[in-house]
Amino acid sequence: MLEVKDLHVTVEGNEILKGLSLTVNAGEVHAIMGPNGSGKSTLSAVIAGKEDYEVTSGSITFEGRDVLEMEIEERAQAGLLLGFQYPVEIPGVKNIYLLKAALNAQRKARGENEIPAPEFMKLVREKLAFMKMDASFLQRAVNEGFSGGEKKRNEILQMLLLEPKLAMLDEIDSGLDIDAMKIVADGVNSLRSEERAVLMVTHYQRLLDYITPDYVHVLVDGRIAKSGDKSLALELESRGYEWVLEESAA
Amino acid sequence: MATEEMEQLVRREYTQGFVTDIESDTVPPGLDESVIAFISEKKGEPEWMLQWRLDAYHQWLKMKEPSWAHLNYPPIDYQGISYYSAPKKPEDRPQSLDEVDPKLLETYEKLGIPLHERAALAGVAVDAVFDSVSVTTTFKEKLGEAGVIFCSISEAIREYPELIKKYLGTVVPQGDNFFAALNSAVFTDGSFVFVPEGVTCPMELSTYFRINAANTGQFERTLIICEKQAQVSYLEGCTAPQRDENQLHAAIVELVALEDAYIKYSTVQNWYPGDEDGKGGIYNFVTKRADCRGDRSKVSWTQVETGSAITWKYPSCLLRGKDSVGEFYSVAVTNGRQQADTGTKMIHIGEGTKSTIVSKGISAGNSEQSYRGLVKIGPRAKGARNFTQCDSLLIGDRSGAHTFPYQEIGNSTATVEHEATTSKIGEDQLFYCRQRGISEEDAVNMIVNGFCKDVFQELPMEFAVEAEALLNVTLEGAVG
Ligand SMILES: Nc1ncnc2c1ncn2[C@@H]1O[C@H](COP(=O)(O)OP(=O)(O)OP(=O)(O)O)[C@@H](O)[C@H]1O
Ligand SMILES: [Mg+2]
Repeated sequence: MLEVKDLHVTVEGNEILKGLSLTVNAGEVHAIMGPNGSGKSTLSAVIAGKEDYEVTSGSITFEGRDVLEMEIEERAQAGLLLGFQYPVEIPGVKNIYLLKAALNAQRKARGENEIPAPEFMKLVREKLAFMKMDASFLQRAVNEGFSGGEKKRNEILQMLLLEPKLAMLDEIDSGLDIDAMKIVADGVNSLRSEERAVLMVTHYQRLLDYITPDYVHVLVDGRIAKSGDKSLALELESRGYEWVLEESAA
Repeated sequence: MATEEMEQLVRREYTQGFVTDIESDTVPPGLDESVIAFISEKKGEPEWMLQWRLDAYHQWLKMKEPSWAHLNYPPIDYQGISYYSAPKKPEDRPQSLDEVDPKLLETYEKLGIPLHERAALAGVAVDAVFDSVSVTTTFKEKLGEAGVIFCSISEAIREYPELIKKYLGTVVPQGDNFFAALNSAVFTDGSFVFVPEGVTCPMELSTYFRINAANTGQFERTLIICEKQAQVSYLEGCTAPQRDENQLHAAIVELVALEDAYIKYSTVQNWYPGDEDGKGGIYNFVTKRADCRGDRSKVSWTQVETGSAITWKYPSCLLRGKDSVGEFYSVAVTNGRQQADTGTKMIHIGEGTKSTIVSKGISAGNSEQSYRGLVKIGPRAKGARNFTQCDSLLIGDRSGAHTFPYQEIGNSTATVEHEATTSKIGEDQLFYCRQRGISEEDAVNMIVNGFCKDVFQELPMEFAVEAEALLNVTLEGAVG
């Protein structure tokens, strides 16, 4: 589904990703771990199309399409969703309005009609209930004044509504209390299927207790230094990253 | 004409360029007493009106053009302007829509302007415009039954001299400012509305006006009077882009509200802003003022301004009556090389007077925008209140927004609140929206419309929709 090959990415003259390769197949859940500043957010942002990043070499394909040739919105319409580490606030734009505009833009790109208003409301209410969010969030401006945990829940709400093929979730667990963590994990799990895949960036084993990954990768200094199954996460939890660094240097 | 035929007309291909060469009934450029006498004569005015104009002219001669606004423009040669040109005769106007610039029609389409209004707006000769005559007649009948007078200012001067004598120039005196004095000397067009005591005008004075809006003049003068407990909602301008050979526009609007009267005045203005360098754009210098003369009277100004190369405009309220209320809701959008200096003045004179100011400025491209607001509380205005909210939104790195709030508070029991924000449509916000599948253009529109919604909700319903579309068209290509 997603194929990243020997990806080199530079930001303001500094090389952040230095030959990263990664394959994600439909039906799989991948977790990416690694020290602060190693390039995890950069990876997902580049896949989503953030403009400050310059791809100097390598390739990214999604379902056979050259992602680097696609506009940001085309990538989203193709089924790529990025759950942001730091969701931005958009004053004046109601949450519900963004949800509707996004859903309709994606439907339009698929050649479908706009969703009728009553059907949309029903759908949103359903997802909102699933996320245990109050209906008042729909009427508030996008992320404005939301607490850290509320912002993250709002990202998952959008994900549930848009049903992406590949969800890239950047530290979706940070700032969540125990109950919220469970709700968010349920949300992600509800979307797991043979046709979909998830790429999660996280620092903690705890999230992986709820969402069991098929693969765990350690990103160090712009490369995947080690890959394994869920047991690798447990090992990292107890031993830290030092040994991975040494191993990969050797 | 049937709707289908009309649609066919619109769909028909544009086949040939249409060039007009009209010998109009124009006076040579320049301004002196004889030109003013000529205008007055042409309009069939009584002697006292000519004297009134000459009086204004003599005051104007002694005045200097204001230079304090945050605007830059080459000096205007007032002797190089022709001050009278007769309206185009029907046979000189386009006879059907296929003689009209298709680009203009495309814009009407984008703005969602009803088909039957497009021809009128494009200046197609009246008998080619379906229904407009009968629509007008129906309006006139309905208004007449209610006792509402609604006619051109020239007609009012001839037909209702007592009302004109009583009210004209009582809100904006002839010598109020440079542009007001000029207008008072040479005005040729504009509207007159009189709503008698206790009457609520049975319709919004908008559709009628829009159908006739194609002939807006260079020096318009509008006078609206609401007697005790009377109400009217008046809509000026239209969303369709208006071009005009006359670069300088200096209009005056005077509103008079007596006891318990309510006047709602909405403006949607979309003058031609000029080409990319601002060449050929309209200079719009307007004096708009409301006099809340009666106790508990209320005036509400709502405006959406997108056009003009230069806009200089401060709709104001004189709150004289006890507990009278003034409101100002404004959205101003500038793009390209446009410059706008707008704002409002709320002059609290009476006890318990209240005013609200909500101003939203959006600057894109290389444009510059200033908000200038004065809240003045007089010594007798016990318990007066003002709330001002003034927000600027910048798009891109080359536009500017400036805010100049002035307060003069002469009564210690008054409450004056001012809030101001400046924000920028951030790359991060656009990235976020686009990452959800929304195109960049739609994302900008969504953010801009969200920013303006406090003002849009003050507009009459149909116009709110058009105003939104107008903003979107104005900001097309503003990003990226
Ligand atoms: N716009 C930018 N300008 C300069 N440096 C940047 C920019 N964006 C990212 N970087 C740098 O790139 C490196 C990788 O950043 P990234 O956000 O991808 O790390 P991360 O692995 O997600 O870290 P964390 O675990 O702290 O979230 C960091 O050193 C960061 O400072
Ligand atoms: Mg990160």
